[in-house]
Parts: sequence; C-alpha cells; structure tokens
Amino acid sequence: MKRVVITGAGTINALGHSVPETLEAMREGRCGIGDLEFRDVERLSIRIGGQVRGFEAEGRFNRQQMSLYDRFTQFTLTAAKEALAQSGIEFHGELAAKSGVVLGTAGGGVSTWDDNYRSVYEDGKNRVHPFVVPKLMNNAAASHVSMEYNLKGPSFTVSTACASSNHAMAQAFQMVRSGMSPAMLTGGSESMLCFGGVKAWEGLRVMSKDACRPFSANRNGMVQGEGAGIFVFEEYEHAKKRGAEILCEVVGFAMSSDASDIVMPSKQGAARAISGALADGKISADSVGYINAHGTGTAANDKTECAAVADVFGPHADNLMISSTKSMHGHLIGGTGAVELLACIMALRDGVIAPTIGYEEPDPECALDVVPNEAREAQVDVALSNAFAFGGLNAVLALKKV
Amino acid sequence: MSIQDKVISIIAEQAVLEPSDVTLDSTLEDLGIDSLGLVESIFAIEEEFDISIPFNANEPSESDFDISNVAAIIAGIEKLVAEKG
Repeated sequence: MKRVVITGAGTINALGHSVPETLEAMREGRCGIGDLEFRDVERLSIRIGGQVRGFEAEGRFNRQQMSLYDRFTQFTLTAAKEALAQSGIEFHGELAAKSGVVLGTAGGGVSTWDDNYRSVYEDGKNRVHPFVVPKLMNNAAASHVSMEYNLKGPSFTVSTACASSNHAMAQAFQMVRSGMSPAMLTGGSESMLCFGGVKAWEGLRVMSKDACRPFSANRNGMVQGEGAGIFVFEEYEHAKKRGAEILCEVVGFAMSSDASDIVMPSKQGAARAISGALADGKISADSVGYINAHGTGTAANDKTECAAVADVFGPHADNLMISSTKSMHGHLIGGTGAVELLACIMALRDGVIAPTIGYEEPDPECALDVVPNEAREAQVDVALSNAFAFGGLNAVLALKKV
Repeated sequence: MSIQDKVISIIAEQAVLEPSDVTLDSTLEDLGIDSLGLVESIFAIEEEFDISIPFNANEPSESDFDISNVAAIIAGIEKLVAEKG
C-alpha cells in the first residue's frame, strides 16, 4: 500500500475566497453567516446563510464558459485552481492517463434547475437554453476540472447528501493508496443558496432563523452555506520526488450505513465509521487530538455525535478537542467535508484548532471540549473529519501530521 | 367539519388510525407519530387551514406552538385560524 499525502488545497466559501483567507477567519473565529441575498428571499422564513460574497463569475470565466458553468462548477474551478497552483503538479503522459478527479455534491446545479423551472413554469416560457442539462448535471464540476487540467484517469461524482465530500475523498484516497492512481483531485462543492434550494430545506423545519450554534444547549438548527474545497491527494514518493510541500498525510477512512432512518442519525452508525477509520489507519484512539465534527447545530446530530465519540474514545474523549466550523461557514451540504478538512490541516500543520463559535450554554448531552468561541494553539498528531449524512450514510477520514 | 374534526382526521391519517382512535388527550407518542411524522402533520395542517405554524423540530418545547397532546395542537390551530381572521 502506498502512503497518501495532500500537496495542494483550495477553497471558496463564506469565510474567504482562498485557503489563507479561510484559515485566518477560522483562527479569528469570524462568522461568515449573514442575511441571504437573492431573488424572492422575502418569501422564505429562513433568511440567513453562509453565502459567498463578492464573487463575480464575469472576469474569471469567458462567455462560453459562463453558459456552461453553474455556480457550483464555478466554485469548484476556483478552488481547484488554487489547489493545483499550490501543489505545482502538472498532468502529462502516463501521469495524466492515471490521474482523475472524484468530487462530492448533493445537489449539483441547483440554481440552474431553479432558474429554468422559474422560466418555464412561472414566466411561461417554452424554450430553455441548450446547455441546461450539461450545466446542472452533478458531474459537471468534475468533468470541467478534468478538461481544465488534463485528468484522463478515473473521474466521477459522489452524491451522499451531507457526506458527499467525505465519501469522494475516501474514494480518491483509496485510489492513490492502492497504487491505481499516482494523484487524484478530490473534494466537493455545493451551491444551494437560491430560492428553491432554501425553500426545500425550510420544509424540514430543522433550520435556524438566527445562528448555527453547534453543541450549545440553546442550539436551534442548521444554517446552510455554499462553496467548494478541492485537494490534491498524491502518492508520497511521487510528491517527495517533485519536492512538493506536504500539508499532511491521509492515513485512513471508513464508511458505514445506519440502515435505520432516512433523517435521524444513529450513534452506532457514527461510532462504527469513527472506529473504522482508526482501524483502517492503524491509529490508536488516544493519539487523536482533534476531530472536526459534523456538528450541524441540530438537536439530534450534536448529541448523537458526542455520544458516538464518547463510545469510541472512552475516557480519552475528554482529552481530545472537537469543534464544528459550520458555526462559521454554515453547512455546505455536499461540499461541507471538503471545506472542513481545512480545519484538520490547520490543526496538524499549524497547531491551531478552529473554534466552535456561537457557543452560549453547555449541554450535558454534548459534554466534550468543543473549543468554544476562540481558536486554540495545540500540537495535534492525528485529526479526524466526520460526516454523517441524511439517509444514514457516514464517512470519516483520518489525517496525520507529516 | 369543525377545526377539531379536521385536525383529528389529519393526525389519524398520519398515524394510520381511525379518527375515533384519536382522543383529545392522546400524545403524538401514544399515536406512534415520530418527529418526521410530526413535521408532515404540521405541513398538512398548514395546507388545510392556510396558516403558518411556528414550529422548529430542534426545539419543540421552545416553539410558540404546543404539541403536548391533541387538544393542545387543536387549541393552537384555532388561535392561528382566528388570528388570520
């Protein structure tokens, strides 16, 4: 088995348009959640979100590209550019033939669906733009990345709701670890902050109207975000030979299915994914210093997740730190694990633990060190990233300092 | 049909029971309605009466809408329908 390292990272999300901007915001415990701005927002009862601000597609992309790129693809390409620039990897010949891109998204081109449904149903138009299908399809972002960077190996899109990115990165990890691909681009993207996207979530009545306060006793729901996180996963020797900067190592993963309920989380399912990732990475539980929680800020997730962590780690659960950065960037749904992986990289590489902001009242059912409100300096050797999706599909990644 | 009868029929349908099996002091738990069933019932009630029910599944007890039993739900809906005028 090969060792797998991360040699490039890129992002765009409500906290920043790049990795340095995002990590600075996480260090400062800044909140990227605010009033939503888009057409018909006044018809929503949920009007806050972690929206990407100041992002203009014009100027970044040409007219032809704009007609093909939904916002989730635009986010993906923006983040991929940053990740590839940092990595310095270029894909030619055999390397190109074996390398690919595996991305996660839950909704794909949601605003393209939304805009075009509005056009045919509300405006009564009888014709849509010829590129509606290639623009909205869930694999559009992965395909455009493959075209942009000459990735000719295995490429596809994974869609497992809120665990999409973690499932995608686990796939990419396996491909590099097994020797199938020397390098893979991976991560995920989501852009659901449009009228139809938020309206659908509103119906479930799990959204907060004021803030995302994970683990806090007075938490009252999740807040949606948008954006992308993209990484270069590379075989260790390949990266070393190039003299690439190594951000951290990916050492294990596990996936599990609750097989119980379409929306309610399961402690057992989550615990099996966490302990599975430790076993896969041959990691002793007490070496884990930080967990980036799924931490959605819903009543159900946060207590279930804390119970799962307590079960897996026993007394060590009280020594490790667990925070939810969704409090700052919101829940990026299919893209969330990718942006949250940045908090793990920051913990391992920089020794800074991103806080759970908005924390107001301790909850006895979430009695772990949730790094409330302020970032903390700490040496961490191993970090986990949790994602537990609707549908009971879980994926946990384990990362190690290099 | 009165508000009470309409609400009971919606709850009965959700619980897959006969309306006669739903009493005023039944709790949703008694009727076997879980959190997802509750959210669906609230949706059906909102559609029936054209009202908006202030209910957040994360904090059912904090919401300005009492769901402790069928009578409380009916009282809350009667109030919202009256406010609508």
